[in-house]
Amino acid sequence: MGTLEQTVETEVHHGPARGITRWLYTTNHKDIGSMYLWFSLLMFLLGGCMALTIRAELFQPGLQLMEPNFFNQMTTMHGLIMVFGAVMPAFVGLANWMVPMMIGAPDMALPRMNNWSFWILPFAFCMMVATLFMEGGAPNFGWTFYAPLSTTYAPPSVTFFIFAVHMMGISSIMGAINIIATILNLRAPGMTMMKLPLFVWTWLITAFLLIAVMPVLAGVVTMMLMDIHFGTSFFNAAGGGDPVLFQHVFWFFGHPEVYIMILPAFGIVSQIIPTFARKKLFGYASMVYATASIAFLAFIVWAHHMFTVGMPLAGELFFMYATMLIAVPTGVKVFNWVATMFRGSMTFETPMLFALAFVVLFTIGGFSGLMLAIAPADFQYHDTYFVVAHFHYVLVPGAIFSIVAAVYYWLPKWTGNMYNETMGRWHFWLSFIGVNVTFFPMHFVGLAGMPRRIPDYALQFADFNAVASVGAFMFGLSQLLLVYNVVQCIRVKRPATAEVWEGAEGLEWTVPSPAPYHTFAQPPLVK
Amino acid sequence: MSTESYYVPHQSRWPILASIALFLMAMGAGGFINNLSAQDGAGFSGIILLVGAGLLAVILIGWFRNVINESRAGMYSDQMDASYRWGMSWFIFSEIMFFAAFFGALFYVRTLAVPWLGGEGDKGVTNMLWQGFEAQWPLMTTPDMEAFPGPKAVIDPWHIPLLNTVLLLSSSVTVTLAHRALKQNNRDWIVIWLAATVLLGVVFIYYQAEEYVLAYQELGLTLNAGIYGATFFILTGFHGLHVTLGTFMLLVIWFRVMRGHFSPKQHFAFEAVSWYWHFVDVVWVGLFLFVYIL
Amino acid sequence: MKIIGWGLPALFGALGLIFPLSAAAEWQVNLGPGVTEISRAVYDLHMTIFWVCVAIGAVVFGVMLYSIVHHRKSRGAKAHNFHENTLVEIIWTVVPFVILVGMAVPATATLIKMYDQSEAELDIQVTGYQWKWRYQYLGEDIDFFSSLSTPREQISNDETKGEHYLLEVDNAMVIPAGKKVRLLLTANDVIHSWWVPDLAVKKDAIPGFINEAWTIAPEPGIYRGQCAELCGKDHGFMPIVVDVRSEEDFNQWLVEMKQAKAQASDAATKNWTLAELMAKGEEVYNRACAACHQPNGEGIPGAFPALKGSPMMVGDPAAHIDVVLNGKSGTAMQAFRDQLSAVELAAVITYERNAWGNTTGDLVSPAQINTLKQ
Ligand code: HEA
Ligand code: HEA
Ligand code: CUA
Ligand SMILES: [Cu+2]
Repeated sequence: MGTLEQTVETEVHHGPARGITRWLYTTNHKDIGSMYLWFSLLMFLLGGCMALTIRAELFQPGLQLMEPNFFNQMTTMHGLIMVFGAVMPAFVGLANWMVPMMIGAPDMALPRMNNWSFWILPFAFCMMVATLFMEGGAPNFGWTFYAPLSTTYAPPSVTFFIFAVHMMGISSIMGAINIIATILNLRAPGMTMMKLPLFVWTWLITAFLLIAVMPVLAGVVTMMLMDIHFGTSFFNAAGGGDPVLFQHVFWFFGHPEVYIMILPAFGIVSQIIPTFARKKLFGYASMVYATASIAFLAFIVWAHHMFTVGMPLAGELFFMYATMLIAVPTGVKVFNWVATMFRGSMTFETPMLFALAFVVLFTIGGFSGLMLAIAPADFQYHDTYFVVAHFHYVLVPGAIFSIVAAVYYWLPKWTGNMYNETMGRWHFWLSFIGVNVTFFPMHFVGLAGMPRRIPDYALQFADFNAVASVGAFMFGLSQLLLVYNVVQCIRVKRPATAEVWEGAEGLEWTVPSPAPYHTFAQPPLVK
Repeated sequence: MSTESYYVPHQSRWPILASIALFLMAMGAGGFINNLSAQDGAGFSGIILLVGAGLLAVILIGWFRNVINESRAGMYSDQMDASYRWGMSWFIFSEIMFFAAFFGALFYVRTLAVPWLGGEGDKGVTNMLWQGFEAQWPLMTTPDMEAFPGPKAVIDPWHIPLLNTVLLLSSSVTVTLAHRALKQNNRDWIVIWLAATVLLGVVFIYYQAEEYVLAYQELGLTLNAGIYGATFFILTGFHGLHVTLGTFMLLVIWFRVMRGHFSPKQHFAFEAVSWYWHFVDVVWVGLFLFVYIL
Repeated sequence: MKIIGWGLPALFGALGLIFPLSAAAEWQVNLGPGVTEISRAVYDLHMTIFWVCVAIGAVVFGVMLYSIVHHRKSRGAKAHNFHENTLVEIIWTVVPFVILVGMAVPATATLIKMYDQSEAELDIQVTGYQWKWRYQYLGEDIDFFSSLSTPREQISNDETKGEHYLLEVDNAMVIPAGKKVRLLLTANDVIHSWWVPDLAVKKDAIPGFINEAWTIAPEPGIYRGQCAELCGKDHGFMPIVVDVRSEEDFNQWLVEMKQAKAQASDAATKNWTLAELMAKGEEVYNRACAACHQPNGEGIPGAFPALKGSPMMVGDPAAHIDVVLNGKSGTAMQAFRDQLSAVELAAVITYERNAWGNTTGDLVSPAQINTLKQ
């Protein structure tokens, strides 16, 4: 660590430390961003393998490969790992890399805490994955862990699951605090709020959502812990509690959580489309207001996940109306993106391809979301594969595609090299087809009546399940191309310019590629 | 807004060590609690928990010492100060949301779940399953008295809780007085007012403990006493933990004042702790109102 | 590269289309309209929203495709320089809002109809258990359990699967056609959800609480559904079958049910031999216990205890009987006193005490169980 004087001296002028301690002890936002991204990739592959296990079992009716209990563990772990291990850390990683560069800051506001936020995650996930090997098996009650299946009837490993959630919560809250402090406090002179790039704006609002709801998640798992081990009766009618209370608290967290996974995606797409349309983003201000409206509405729609729990009519109506309203600001965003492309001068490099697919496929996912919001119709959709289709459309070609788009978009800035465009397009087209072959048929089986979270199904669902499974393996295998492309880009020298993309605007494109270890030790002046 | 002198610390080994400590604590606690429930005896995991906690304490001391030294070496600009301010404010906001979850649970069971179980409102048919159960609050008779024997009595708000309210409210005043003294650079009074605040905090915790003993030994008000006991202990318990932490933080600040760490201009650590203390105080007012009185 | 770029999607798109065609079965891609007034209202609602979404999608994707085709750089398109227009922004905020109001109106009407809990002619209490349903006809002294009847061999792929694979039960819920039937839904252990698509009823069954639902099935027929809330290991194996009968047939059924009950209590007074009980016990065990404790009695470590060699199975019968009758609270072990008849209880306990190398030689008689049940 060195003495204070040494610290001061090395702080600005030197590059990264050598060896493993560079990563263990780092305070550099770029290093930390990279670690988040690698971690997320690893988790994506792990969660993806679990998804493939699920799809393999569902390829045909009958039980072929596993016990129902293990199937449930796979479903649960797949959901948890993808949400908390893949998507969220990926976005935090991108924020770490890009937010300081986009606002002209020297680093994140609280660099040491930043490193702590990251390093908690691998340990939390070690613990969570370790439950697979514990007596009684891993959590098997779904990623939504409804009581009392997750309390009275849970395997003993649930205790470790609870503490893992606590750790992830600590990490997310600290990460979010850091991002807010950076954005509010470290902008370069002249970088007013209404000049912030949209990725920064969406992250500011996402960070606010995180701080507001992660503690509620911590609260609900704490109540579970008390019910399981200390004799309380929060979720037990015998003592005056209510299992549905669990669901209210969980979804108060859970619904904003899904917007945590999509708002930064909106930000990314709003960066990429103007670049490749060579035209300024249409309706910047309305984009900001729409994001804020979505965040606000996110807090008052949670019970649309609970239309079938037997809420009073008034509650049912309130949550239905509030949920439907979200289509308005989201629509504003979609229309703005399309208006940005209109009369532009478009080219279709890999990031743009992923961004375009995002707009179309996310909107399809949004439409099915709107259908789910109609309470009487949701009685037929709820807990079927129609819901599974909905959320994979917003999460896979939504969140995941936006992350992949961001990686291709900024990879030259990170590594200093261009990726291989041909391979990038291969990756795109295989993913695009794979994702649709996997998830589109799920709409059909869902409407035809196939419940979710089942290891075996009635014969009339067989064909589309087989299609979905084939698609899943195809989509999964094509993700190996992503790994290949990233590694290639790092290793093969194909130097990129500072601006990289012809139509790119923003501070990050004013620094050389690769971005120097310390950018903006002297703040740039923004006109 | 200028970032020219923004201090970016060089490498630090605290974060990774603190993560390891948290990991040990979580693993240890998980094993420990599971063993307790399975009546297997504490075993090895209790030790892991303790090692983790000890390690975390040592790390935090080292980490804070680093920060204090940097701050005293004058490496922090006003802008750095603002980062810390944002950081602390949002941290307190997250704490508010943590309590909000438990308050939400309290309101939900009081206004919806318990009345439904008692046969009122939209899900009143439920009472079929719990014949003879009547809704009331505080809930003295639970639906299933064998599994969750309700309390014999609840805490009288006008004794210990009232006293504790007075204690905490006055501690908010004393900490403000200490802050004023600090701004006037009046060291003696800072020390006195801070000491008074710490003392009030300690006395509060003492009475809170007294109240718990009373609840368990005489009133039959336990964690197992149905939803009233559950909400009562989770709210007052987490509040009590926060008071304990706050008192400890005040104590640290007190020592730092004695060492002359703060100037009338630069004393963010002091302010952060006093914000925290006010927050704990406000939560208590909520508790006094909704847990004890109403 | 151009060819790769566009040829591939065409190829795979075609493959994706051909694959299901070759499997040529009659597959359903849409919600069914169901058989009740409510289910048809829901279906109409579903189709309305669907087409509205398709229409909006066509406009949005249409404009997007137009720009992609015409405003591409390779065609020499030059970027225009507009990035704001208050009027269009207001339009595309207000128009979707109006569309949403248009959707909300019929949705509200349907929902209010569904919540009409006025007097019903028959009340059935439906209780979810891990992993079966119990139907109690209130005021009729009819009370039975309904569990999956698909043979294990079909699930493990050792036999060809029947027509109603996983959607068939031993005792269906029987209701009269054309009458309003009210369901009082609750659960014994975890949350389940009672769902029959053709009736458009899906309501959670929550332990300790009762949810109400109702239906009027106009025509006799068999309607199938499944548990729709993850409820543990065999969540996928607790179907629902509703057998709607004409009023006469329904009344006939009521009579038969009551007769069968009388016969069962006769059987309990008969003298059973060990061999008879063992044979019956094995059948009951495989139906009611094997899901957790496993057919070989070895349980699942950490989740469900082994019965083979268990001290309880070879020790004092009283404790064993008590657990089977009354369950063990706080665990997945249910109380079987109402789920099984005295004969079945006696048989299964006898079986457990004498199978898999448990050799107590104990015979627990139905009469013994009956006295304990009082
Ligand atoms: C990134 C994640 C994400 C996003 C963005 C969304 C977006 C939306 N979701 Fe989704 N949702 C999930 C993730 C997400 N969801 C997950 C994970 C679950 C399942 C959880 C579980 O049970 O495991 C779920 C479940 C879920 C349910 C519960 C279903 C059930 O269990 O029965 C509902 C119900 O209302 C719902 C609704 C919506 C709505 C209305 C939107 C809206 O935000 C969509 C808005 C977008 C559009 C509408 C399209 C664009 C708009 C226009 C082009 C304008 C014009 C349009 C109209 C006027 C129609 N979602
Ligand atoms: C961001 C979140 C996210 C993402 C990205 C995904 C990605 C995928 N998910 Fe999903 N999923 C959820 C979130 C997500 N999921 C959630 C929240 C649930 C609900 C859980 C619950 O019910 O509790 C769920 C549930 C769920 C189900 C329903 C399970 C059930 O109800 O029982 C299914 C079934 O098909 C499924 C499939 C898939 C598939 C095929 C992918 C694919 O996109 C994955 C592709 C990735 C890979 C395959 C890995 C990369 C490739 C390699 C490692 C190379 C090796 C590859 C081969 C050898 C082929 N998921
Ligand atoms: Cu019962 Cu799922
Ligand atoms: Cu939601």
